[in-house]
Formats: sequence, C-alpha cells, structure tokens
Amino acid sequence: MVKWKRLPLNSNYAVAYAVKDADVDVIAAYPITPQTTIVEKIAEFLANGEFDAEMIHVESEHSALSALVGASAAGARVFTATASQGLELMHEILHIASGSRLPIVMAIATRALSAPISIWCDYSDLMNTRDASWITFINSSAQEVYDTLIMAYKIAEDPRVLLPVMSAHDGYIMSHTVEPVDVAEDPEDIRRFIPKRRDRINILDPDRPVSIGTIVRPEWFYEVKYQQVVAMREARKVIKEAQEEFASRFGRRHDVIETHMMDDAELAILTYGGIYGTAREAVDMMRAKGMKVGSVKLRLWRPFPADELRKALSNVQAVAVVDRAISYGTPIAGPVALEVISLFYDEKDAPKVISFVAGIGQRTVTEYDFVGIAEKSLKYLSSGSIPKETIYWGVRGVEV
Amino acid sequence: MAESKEKFPQTPIVLKEPKWNEVWMGALIPEPGNSVLNNTGTWRVFRPIIDQDRCIRCLICWMYCPEPAIKILDKPYKTKQGREYKITLEIDYNYCKGCGICVQECPVKAIEFVEEVK
Repeated sequence: MVKWKRLPLNSNYAVAYAVKDADVDVIAAYPITPQTTIVEKIAEFLANGEFDAEMIHVESEHSALSALVGASAAGARVFTATASQGLELMHEILHIASGSRLPIVMAIATRALSAPISIWCDYSDLMNTRDASWITFINSSAQEVYDTLIMAYKIAEDPRVLLPVMSAHDGYIMSHTVEPVDVAEDPEDIRRFIPKRRDRINILDPDRPVSIGTIVRPEWFYEVKYQQVVAMREARKVIKEAQEEFASRFGRRHDVIETHMMDDAELAILTYGGIYGTAREAVDMMRAKGMKVGSVKLRLWRPFPADELRKALSNVQAVAVVDRAISYGTPIAGPVALEVISLFYDEKDAPKVISFVAGIGQRTVTEYDFVGIAEKSLKYLSSGSIPKETIYWGVRGVEV
Repeated sequence: MAESKEKFPQTPIVLKEPKWNEVWMGALIPEPGNSVLNNTGTWRVFRPIIDQDRCIRCLICWMYCPEPAIKILDKPYKTKQGREYKITLEIDYNYCKGCGICVQECPVKAIEFVEEVK
C-alpha cells in the first residue's frame, strides 16, 4: 500500500515534489514569474541531496528548452517550467521538441502576455501553443498538479506517443496559494509507476548511431508530420490507460474532463484551470435556488477530449464556455469555445454554445460572475437568440 | 513509426514511396552514411535529352555539368550518317537537377530540354 504524507503546498511546490519523485535527470530553466519558485524548490531539493539531477542554468527560455532537446535526445528524463513571455520565447523549440518526438515534460504557471505588462494570470500564453503538437493538461488543484506531472512522464515516454507534455496551472491563483497535497512518503512508489525506459529509437547512442533533426524534402515531410497526428490520436488512449493505472495504484482518479451536477442540467458552464472550483461553487448556489445548471471542467486541452465532451454535453440545451484567453479578430474569440462549437457542427439537436471571455489579466471572477453568466445564458436560451459573438464579461463600459 | 530496420527504404525513393508508417519516426536517420541512397534529381522540372546522332562527343556538357550527372560510357555508337564513336554520353537522371546548363552550352544544339510530366 502506498503511503502518503499530507503537506501544505502551493501548485508550484507540488510540481517540484513531482519532479523529485519522478527522479528527473536533467532540469534546465530560466526564472520567470510566476513559475520561478518551481525551479527554486527543485534547486533546494538538489542542494539538500534529496534527489540527484543535472541542473543547467541557461540564459533564456529558448536555451532552456534547447538544452532539454539535447538532453532528451541523449536519453535523459527532463523537465522545465516557464510562463508567459518565457513560453513565447520557447515557441520555436516547442515545435522542434514535438517534431523530434522527444518526451519532454514542462510545467506552466499561466500568465497573461505583454503588452501591457502583466505578471498576473490568464491563459493567453498557453493557448498560443495550441498547434505545437504538445499534449496539454490544465489543472485545477495542487493535488491534480502533482498527479498530472507524474502521469505526464508515463504518457510522454510511451512508445505509442513520444510527444512532449505541458501541464499548466493558474499563475498566482494556484502557483502561490497553498492547498493540502498528498505526496508519496517513499518516492520509489512513484518511480515504480514510471520506470525509466530506453526503448525509444530517438536516443543518441554511440553503439547505435542515429541522426536527429534532419532536413526533409517535400516528398517525405508530410508523412513525418502525419505521424504526429497519429501519435496525438494514440495519446487519447494512452492518457486513459495512465489515469486508470494511476487510480488503481494510488487511489486517486482523474479524467480528461470532470462534471458536476450534469445529470439533469439544462445549462452547462464549461471552463478550465483554477476558476473551475469557483464555477462549481456557483453551480451549488444556483442549484439551491432551483436552477438546473451543471459544470464541466476541461482538464485535457490537447488532444481535445471530443468524445467525452460530446457525451457530457449531450443532454443540455446550452453550454456557456468561459475562456481566459482572446483570439483577436474572430467573432468567437474564446479558443475552447471554438472547439466546442466545432464538436457540434452540423449536428441536429446540438446544445447551443455561448462563448464568454472572463478573467483576463487575472480580473477577479467570483461565484457571482458565474451566476451572472448562467442567468444571461438562460435568458439568451429562452429568447431563442444565441449571440454569434463572444461576450466579454466584466469589461467596464460594455453592456451585456 | 517504423519499428524495424527492414522497413527502411533501400531502393531509390522515386521508385518506391514509403507510406507514413514506413518512414522513420520524426525523420530520424538510423543508418549513418545513407545519403548515398538519396537521389538528388527528384525535383527536376525540365529533363535534358541528348540526341546521340547530333552529339559530336566534344565533352563540353560533361565539363559544365555542376552535379556531375553526365556519364562518359565506353559504348560504341554509329550515327545515322555513318559516323562511328567509341564513347556515348548519357545523363544520370537520378542526380540531374535539370538546370539546363548543358542545353545552353552544347555547341551543336544536340540536347533537348523537355518538361517532366508526372
């Protein structure tokens, strides 16, 4: 039986504990708020001899991920963490990591993008990485952060997948707030769940030399990129298996989506990250008043859990998708809302999708905001006119 | 995601085009030095064709070819006019990129330049 110790940890520290327990070999990172304390805590573990790893101090995030591309190609288990501008600076290497099929794992403490400068949370940094072929999780609690990061190695290193994994949590709201987290008393319990494997072909080994990072002409390139499409498809299955094994070994069950009060709901509120907890509380408040509202959490962003969402939303009349990022210049500006709309495209009796944007640059979103969003959505539904554009919730001077 | 070495295409790619799952994962190259298998003439748009009857074996095309993709073969040839040569010039289309320099430089205009039709 696995023994746990309950520690008060913020999500950044939960990441650091997971990295220690996963026995990562190489860490390369550059400090950026609000991620910095992840790597600080890891450095503390290393200094105290609590685990052994190579920590590479680099001069930028571009170099951090580049160093990991090399280390992962050499067969090491690797980790980095970043946020906001740092993630943007990595962007080029994001594609190189996934295209080279290296199982790199990265934590993101999400933060709004400049300009103007904001160190506070929204998901504009994470959403910009949408097409980089990284498996992307969005966590809602520090426990989930710890568990997801451990599963991330299981998923990334699976020979059917071999894609990098990003695991995100809210900057500040989660990265700097303390929650009780169960961490393994004995890291060996975790290490038995994710044994290190050297069976992938893209490892640089003098006894079996390979070239990684080749130039590929038009008659080959398309096929190589299609392999990534298939790997993402496979990942959906592998993620399910990893969650299943995690649950049976450790007794904590996670899924790609989470639902609350959805059995008889007429309206669903769909969101992700730290504000999901707020949405769930708002649902309980509305239920107490007799409103048939439920909530859905998106925990996995890529690969998009299409089947699970379609099933979860099959009985509601409408779904209000609350995004924390803006895709500028398109009528539906919520990245997740766009995906949910595409789920039901051309389907009869599909739920109406209403796109909301909220919590930009860490503008506070309370239970009452969710109640307001739900009331507004129900009003649209009863009037029969669903807005074709995103509703920017909470902008001063905009009437909704 | 090809698993075994056997699946690696050994024949020229213009002859056998591997499917997505026969290509090495992430365009990895598992056999060092395998660039000799790589035919560099696959992107030719125009194909030079030597008219063996007009060719006077001056070797100017052979000198100018940047690849070099023109081969001098010990193959006797008798032209329609009855002239006998001990050698024949042939273009190696696996490597000819269709730059047309030979066509331009041939003093007797013995090289035709024909569009490739796929």
